[in-house]
Order: sequence, then C-alpha cells, then structure tokens
Amino acid sequence: MVQFAIEIPYWGQSLLRVVGGLVAVLLPAGGIVYLFLFKMMSFMQSRLGPMEAGPYGSLQLVAEVGKWMQKEDLAPERADVPIYKIAPLIVLLSTFLLIVVVPFGPDAYFTDFETGIFYAMAVGSVSVLGILIAGWSSANKYSLLGGLRAAGQLIAYELPMVLATLGVVIQAGSMNLNQIVVAQNDGEIFGFGGLGNPFIITQFVGFLIFMIAVQAELTQVPFDMPIAESELVSGYMTEYSGFRFLIFFIAEFATAGVFAFIASILFLGGWGIPFDWFGWDGADLGTVDNWMNVAGPIIMATKMFILVAIIMWVRFSYPRFREDQLQTFAWKFLIPLSLANIAATAILKVSF
Amino acid sequence: MPKKPKIPGLLKGLGVTFGTFVDTVTDGAQTVQYPHEKETPPIRARGVIALHEGNCTACMLCSRSCPDWCIYIEGHKQLAPPRRAGGKPRQVNHLDRFDIDYALCMYCGICVEVCPFDALFWSPEYEYSEPKIADLLHDKDKLGEWMETVPEAPDLEAGAGK
Repeated sequence: MVQFAIEIPYWGQSLLRVVGGLVAVLLPAGGIVYLFLFKMMSFMQSRLGPMEAGPYGSLQLVAEVGKWMQKEDLAPERADVPIYKIAPLIVLLSTFLLIVVVPFGPDAYFTDFETGIFYAMAVGSVSVLGILIAGWSSANKYSLLGGLRAAGQLIAYELPMVLATLGVVIQAGSMNLNQIVVAQNDGEIFGFGGLGNPFIITQFVGFLIFMIAVQAELTQVPFDMPIAESELVSGYMTEYSGFRFLIFFIAEFATAGVFAFIASILFLGGWGIPFDWFGWDGADLGTVDNWMNVAGPIIMATKMFILVAIIMWVRFSYPRFREDQLQTFAWKFLIPLSLANIAATAILKVSF
Repeated sequence: MPKKPKIPGLLKGLGVTFGTFVDTVTDGAQTVQYPHEKETPPIRARGVIALHEGNCTACMLCSRSCPDWCIYIEGHKQLAPPRRAGGKPRQVNHLDRFDIDYALCMYCGICVEVCPFDALFWSPEYEYSEPKIADLLHDKDKLGEWMETVPEAPDLEAGAGK
C-alpha cells in the first residue's frame, strides 16, 4: 500500500480503494467504448460514428447511460426474479474482483496476493456463473441457449488461458503479479538486458493463445456465439432492459479493459520500464523510484489501450465461428498448443 | 508476372479494416452528417407525388389503380362556357378533393404511370415527415405546392419519336 505522509484512518483507506477500484474499472470501460466501439468501429466501416453529443460525440456515452437509466427495469412474467435481477451484478462483480490484484506501480495496488495470477484466473470465471443464471432465469429459450453456449465457451477457453499463463509463471518463477512485472523488467534476453525481457518475445506463442482466449472470454466477435444476434436475438442479455442491460454492457467492456491490464502485466512488462535504465534493483522493490507509482498507471493504461485496440480490431474484422468450430478450436488446437508451450518453456527454463 | 507472396486471409481481412480506418481518418467518411449536409437525390428519385391540378379531370384512374387505396378523389360535374360563341355549354368534371395519404403510399408510382392527362409527377423532395400520422394526408393544395419541386423532364434521346 502507498505510504502517505499523513496517517489515513482505515475507513479513509477503504474509501480510497473503493474509489480507486471504480476509477480503474469504469474509466477504461468508458474510454474503450468511446474510442473503439464508437469511433474505431465507425472509421473501419467508413462512417463517422456519433458526432452530435459533445465535441466529436465524446459525450455520447453520457447520453446513452442517461437513456438506459431512465428505462423501465422489466422482468419477464415467468422469470425467476431475484436471481434474474442479481445476475448482471455477479457478472460485473467478477470484473471488480479482477482489478483487485492488478498492480499499477511498485506500491500502487489494491492487494498483493502471493498467488495473484491464480486468483485472477479463478475469479475471472465467476462471470460464467452470472451469465449462466442470467440465461436460465430469463425464462426465454434464446436466453437459455445463449447462456448455455456462453458457459460451454467460457469453460473451454478458460483452459488455454490458464495454460498460457503457466508459461509466464514458469519463466518468471512467481505467481505474484508484481514479481512477474519485475521479472520482465529486470530480466535479460540471452545476456542483453537493454529492453528487459518482456515475455511477449520469449512467450510469443503463449501471448497469442492468451489473447485468443481473452477474445473468447469476452465473447467478442469471432467468438460471439453466446450473443449471436442473428440467431439468438441477444443471447443471455435478451430479456434485460434499462439499468441491468447497462451493467451487462459495462461489464463486457470493463472486463475487456481488466483482461488487457492482466495481459499487459503478463506479457508486456506491466507498469515497469526496464530497470537497467535507472539502475534499480529488481530484487528489492524499494529501490524503484516513487514516481513510478504515478507513471506506472499511465504506462499500464497505454499498454491496455493498445491491447484492447487489437481485440477490437479483430472484433470488427472477422465473421463469427460456428459453435462446433469454436469448440474444436479450443480443445483440439489451443489446448494441445499451450501444453506444448508449457513443456517447451519448462525444458528451456531448466536447461538455461 | 512475378507471383505475389500469399498473405493469409486472416491478415488480409485485418488489412482491409485498417485500410478503411486510415481512409476515413485521412479522406473522411463515405457518409454525410445528414441534417447538416444533404446529398442531392437523383433527378428521378421517388420522393413525393405532385399534382398539377389543372390537368386533372377526376377520371379516378389513379385512385382505382392504387394498390394501397391511398388516393381519395371527389369531384362533380358542372357546366363550362362553350368553346365557340353560340355553342352548347360543355360538361366538365370539377375536382373537389384530391388527397394522397403518404402514411399508406408505397411509392410504386402506378398512379403517375397511369395518369392519361399528365396531372401527376414525381418530385425528389423527401423531407415531409410529420409528428402526427394524420398530417401525412396531403390535400390537393399541398400536392400542388410540390409541383414547384418537380424537375424539368430530361430531353428525349436522339431519334426518339414524340
């Protein structure tokens, strides 16, 4: 935790963390929606996108949120109402649980778990639960089909994601996300340490697998069978309106941001810059200058936006997988590939 | 011809969207920002049907041929002064009401085609939406006003008979 000059009472610290968590989740989500969903998507389709609300439509999201907030919160007659109403909150909850372990600087983190990446992978799957019960409790066949597809897909792609991070964990020698950042910025590639050792170079296969799995976890387009609008109306979100739909919407893009944060930690060096440049010692985080706590979040945000740009670019370019292709791709291609990646990483790690 | 290196379709697809992205940023989009700038519709666009009241004889052909029954015509017979001095007064149809309900019209243009007296014309004007659906019923005065927006008929092709 950051050491402040004045002592902050416990409630103040808790409040700061809550506000920090909200900012860290909602600000990237808003940025992603405006920059990529509204603008990049429009430009890729040779149109301008929203232009009326605010300069270049920058307040469009405020208008949309205002619109959603004033809509009626409907529940279908035969829906299982309490569960139906809590489902979007569970989906959003997993996003907030994920941001907890993301380090934004040497001291700028919410918690510092020894097994941070394990925790992240675990709570990342909580959203499946929310999606499944949303689909089930809606009392709608489209929702149910969407929820089942989502469950099958998210479980299938959880595996390659975990296996891809294993390569990083083996190479970094730690499951702590801050240690993984340090290992990348303090490391060297075959004696050359000028750039550190971002694992995107040594773990490129793992990076590809991870990004594909993230794409599927977010149900972004090549993998959007669960909400395939031409078949299932809107999948598990079909019956939701107003504020609860908004929560699903925020969760989708906030999770994109958080997974991009995690990917940038695992593969792009996270908040760090190569420690060699400033003569910091990776073994002791105390030697890292304090201004990294301010620069770190900016570096992280830059990397996150680059990764989300790639995710969205792929989303706007490709058509959708068929359900069987989607499962075949995960089980018959990605999982064997990531297992081979782990084996190769382990062998190289031991021999060098 | 040198053989082009084969680019995987997945990368090619990404290239297409990125190319469009760059084009839109540098040259602007293919679309226009409608209320601020407008595209001129083609001269033969089917925007609204205009009525040249003087040509109409209330023969009801348009009304009867309309698939939606959206043209309402009422008229009565009256006597007009004779053409030549000493002749009998002529009996003519006088048009009392000519309404087109644009809430029903499907812009097939059969009325324009079928009119034997050149009383109906296509106009490319398209901005006549109304907050109330009943206001989409254009009476003959309003239909007459649209005549100002009817473009000149294009010249006949060379060699075409009159």
